[in-house]
Amino acid sequence: MTLATHDVRWGAGGKLFVDGVSLNVEPNRVLGLIGPNGSGKSSLLRLLCRLRKVASGVVTLDGQDIAAVGRRDLARRLAFVEQQATTEIQLTVCDVVRLGRTPHRAAFASWSTEDERAVDAALARVGLTERHDQPWHTLSGGERQRVHIARALAQAPRELILDEPTNHLDIQHQLSILGLVRRLGVTCIVALHDLNLASLFCDRIGVLSAGRLVAAGLPEEVLTPALIREVFGVEVTIRLGANGHRHIDYLVDHEPGERP
Amino acid sequence: MSHLVIGPNWPARIALAGLSLVALVVAIALAVTVGEMPIPLSVAFRALGNGVFDLGYPVSAIQQGVIFEYRLSRALMAALCGGALALSGAILQALLRNPLAEPYILGVSAGASTGAVCVMILGFGGATLGLSGGAFLGSVAALVMVGLLAAGAGGASDRVILAGVAGSQLFNAATATIVTTMASAEQARGVMFWLLGNFGGVRWSDLWVAAPVALLGFLVCMVHAKALDAFAFGADAAASLGINVTRVRLVLLATTALLTATMVAIVGTVGFVGLVIPHAARFLVGPGHARLLPACLVIGAVFMILADVLSRILVPQQILPIGIVTALVGAPAFAFILYRARRPA
Repeated sequence: MTLATHDVRWGAGGKLFVDGVSLNVEPNRVLGLIGPNGSGKSSLLRLLCRLRKVASGVVTLDGQDIAAVGRRDLARRLAFVEQQATTEIQLTVCDVVRLGRTPHRAAFASWSTEDERAVDAALARVGLTERHDQPWHTLSGGERQRVHIARALAQAPRELILDEPTNHLDIQHQLSILGLVRRLGVTCIVALHDLNLASLFCDRIGVLSAGRLVAAGLPEEVLTPALIREVFGVEVTIRLGANGHRHIDYLVDHEPGERP
Repeated sequence: MSHLVIGPNWPARIALAGLSLVALVVAIALAVTVGEMPIPLSVAFRALGNGVFDLGYPVSAIQQGVIFEYRLSRALMAALCGGALALSGAILQALLRNPLAEPYILGVSAGASTGAVCVMILGFGGATLGLSGGAFLGSVAALVMVGLLAAGAGGASDRVILAGVAGSQLFNAATATIVTTMASAEQARGVMFWLLGNFGGVRWSDLWVAAPVALLGFLVCMVHAKALDAFAFGADAAASLGINVTRVRLVLLATTALLTATMVAIVGTVGFVGLVIPHAARFLVGPGHARLLPACLVIGAVFMILADVLSRILVPQQILPIGIVTALVGAPAFAFILYRARRPA
């Protein structure tokens, strides 16, 4: 058992951003959330980690209402990686990863060897052990995202929620971040834009449109030309790619090479 | 490289605490000996012994009075004021994620002075409210107003400063209106002098108010040191690390309002200390609040004592308002921070 939502709704400023979503997450699998801009992906993720309170419905963690779980208990169990969170404070890589130990430490507790081990292990898992002392503001976008994932791992979560972790990254870093997420072996819920990456790296996919969950299931069940036309307004064909994976081709009006 | 958390490094902690104490004692020694009437340190110690333990050393009544009733209380008040304002600045910078945040710029000091003037000249609340109470209500009103303005403008961290500028203008205008229309000429002169910051009228009774408030404020801030670290990447990041963002914000904003209001009620508005000292402290001990907050307290205290000494000797036969001295140092430092905080093109 892990996270689930039951008919949750959430809105702000008179507009409903999440409209009656019921979703079951499978343990230790990667669930991708896709949908056009403004379809409610980020909002749903924030409801899942209780950064926003549901207006109606309920979010459960192991069957228990998440609103009844203590804030610190929740942070030891569930970690969140925001889209491009940055800071103006002069921090180093390990400063940032150490923040992940916050929910595990009492107010005046000293830094323990267990904390230190968790930080080192997290840095090793994202492949940044050598960057331990590097200043945050000198990192590239992909490295920053890795540090955030390491910070999340230092929380020792069983559920990891990522909001478009590949945004603004070049393709090499998109692939390496998603490959990393896939190998973590914890329950991951990740919002994504790229349909091919979603189908390549996610075990299951949920499709949001105007705050509603319009489809959920295995990538090959969900990502059909009809659904993509309906939700994204784009014509596609689907073929088997070179490595045997399904590949979504976008059909555009102009000939290849021709300037539109 | 600086680190957010301290290891269990007790020798370093004790050394730092000792160093801080020495710096404070030297600054206070300077403050009680330097002035219109220079007094040797040995006399100062004897006067201190007489004042505290009634030891009966032979010290002239004038020197005894100058040291114990005037310079020492003044120096201690300067220390509390500098420490409290620097602490408030560090808290506001962390909570609002803006390097330019501090009580003076955000209008908290202006609100406090409006509140104090309401009590002083309009007689609001009378004896029950008192100057400090009025200042506290004023500073809370200013914080709430600036918060609402900033939220209405989109809530981004740079909006907070713009809202603060608007807020402090408004409250300064309100203060000026009350003073010019309602106060007698004598009252007006007194208020204007007080508004610029002035340690002249400080008595021991003021210290008995300011010291507990500063100590309490410091303890509250220290309890939240780790929570403040968690705000590095914003409120959502802090919440996802298990911090109760609403409660921490409420408690710490109220604490900064209380600290600022208490100091404003006693010494008037003193700018730039809250801005400059946290940056200097961050430069020395790094961004982790468990070390940054005590460093702000000590550096702010020493800085303010020295600024007060300067205000007494810069112009012979005259005492400059302390706000002028801190601004002389603070304005260039402010420009430097603006320059450093600029985003790369």
